[in-house]
Amino acid sequence: MTVDMAPIILSVKMAALSTIIVMITGVSTAWIMNRFGFPGKNLAETVIGLPLVLPPTVIGFGLLLLFGKHGPLGSFLENTFHVRVVFTWGAAVIAAAVVSLPLMYRSARAALETVDKSLEQAARTLGASEWRVFHSITLPLAWPGFLAGILLACARALGEFGATLMLAGNIPGQTQTVPLAIFFAAESGDMRLAGFLVAVISLVSFIITYGLNTWSNRRQPSLSLRRGGNQC
Amino acid sequence: MLKVNIKKSLPDFELDVNFTLENGILGVCGRSGAGKTTLLQCIAGLVAPRTGCIDLNGRTFFSSEHGVNVPARSRNIGYLFQGYALFPHMTVKQNVLYGAKGGKGKRKKSSLSVLEVLDILRITGLQDRYPGQLSGGEQQRAALARALMAEPDLLLLDEPLSALDDQTRSRMHKELKRLQRQWEIPFIMVTHSRTELTALADRVLFLVNGKQCQEVIYNPERTCTGWDAQEIPCCR
Repeated sequence: MTVDMAPIILSVKMAALSTIIVMITGVSTAWIMNRFGFPGKNLAETVIGLPLVLPPTVIGFGLLLLFGKHGPLGSFLENTFHVRVVFTWGAAVIAAAVVSLPLMYRSARAALETVDKSLEQAARTLGASEWRVFHSITLPLAWPGFLAGILLACARALGEFGATLMLAGNIPGQTQTVPLAIFFAAESGDMRLAGFLVAVISLVSFIITYGLNTWSNRRQPSLSLRRGGNQC
Repeated sequence: MLKVNIKKSLPDFELDVNFTLENGILGVCGRSGAGKTTLLQCIAGLVAPRTGCIDLNGRTFFSSEHGVNVPARSRNIGYLFQGYALFPHMTVKQNVLYGAKGGKGKRKKSSLSVLEVLDILRITGLQDRYPGQLSGGEQQRAALARALMAEPDLLLLDEPLSALDDQTRSRMHKELKRLQRQWEIPFIMVTHSRTELTALADRVLFLVNGKQCQEVIYNPERTCTGWDAQEIPCCR
């Protein structure tokens, strides 16, 4: 039996890119929301969180309207950059990013709230710029929470099905990620292929989760030991 | 010379103070919620007053009239936080070096070495420890070292000794006094304790609901009659 590796490679690339995008936008949005109050903040937070509660097909439908030929973003991209998003590999990345953003955002927001404000203020009185305050104080202290968010977002991106199918379609070799391939293989009765892909995606998800868990557990006890113990 | 004349609206009342400070230690005293910490935060630039002006050595840090509000990082004011606010993920040495001036040569005093500062505060042996491994008194000295390493023009202390036991506290009284004389920059110290005022403050500012009710120049020779905390309801 020859196995088509394309869905696996596609899924990994798509999840990696989506996670990077989500990590940057999620952390920066959480930082802004944590720092500033502005009118419409509740509304903005609700919109970011919506993909958590809406069916993925609804998100996919919304994205299709937005990025479609006659959608505001779709026509803009087509006219200015001559880029078509729908039914491309990029569409799969966009769908996965939108669906996994709330997970990253929520973890990052909660992590930022645990950072003692007086530490950041102390850094400011010591002459630190806002950027230095962020990368030398806020980031290292909020890091475990950020990591949890990255992990969740990555796992969610790997498993994304509904929105991807709506926006990117099911084009083998181009937009067919592992979850889509599993569905269509099972539907056409190819249980061996479906089973193989299920095993692969389970294994990859397991390795990511296990690896990051081990790493964060190794970091945490040493940090608390350093903080807690009073050895001379 | 520090000139402060500010108004700041707080939930229950308005903070309204007006004083100048040349040198020495100014004790700020008043009930919880009288606006003491807010006053320090306004001077440090962590909070903006509603109106007024703040001047230090001829530099305007805040002026509602001219729309000036210098950010905290550019004010060069040391701030000793109530819980010390040491960075838990850095060693004592990394903490102390965080605000160190990078030898820009613009300061009147030559730049300090970290060892000097650690030595002044007698924590040289602790430089590789993390804040969680220090006792309250050691944390306080580490936080002081960090503030001094930045060579501030003014040092603000928010209830610096409240978390310490009596013995450590009286030792820190002497140390703070010595440091102030050695450094020759004004200190502003928020405190609840009358003993602390007696031991440390050259002048005292009492706050009652944000209003400055009395300013007395403390005279060590008249400890009992110079000012009497019993007469002042906010400082009992």
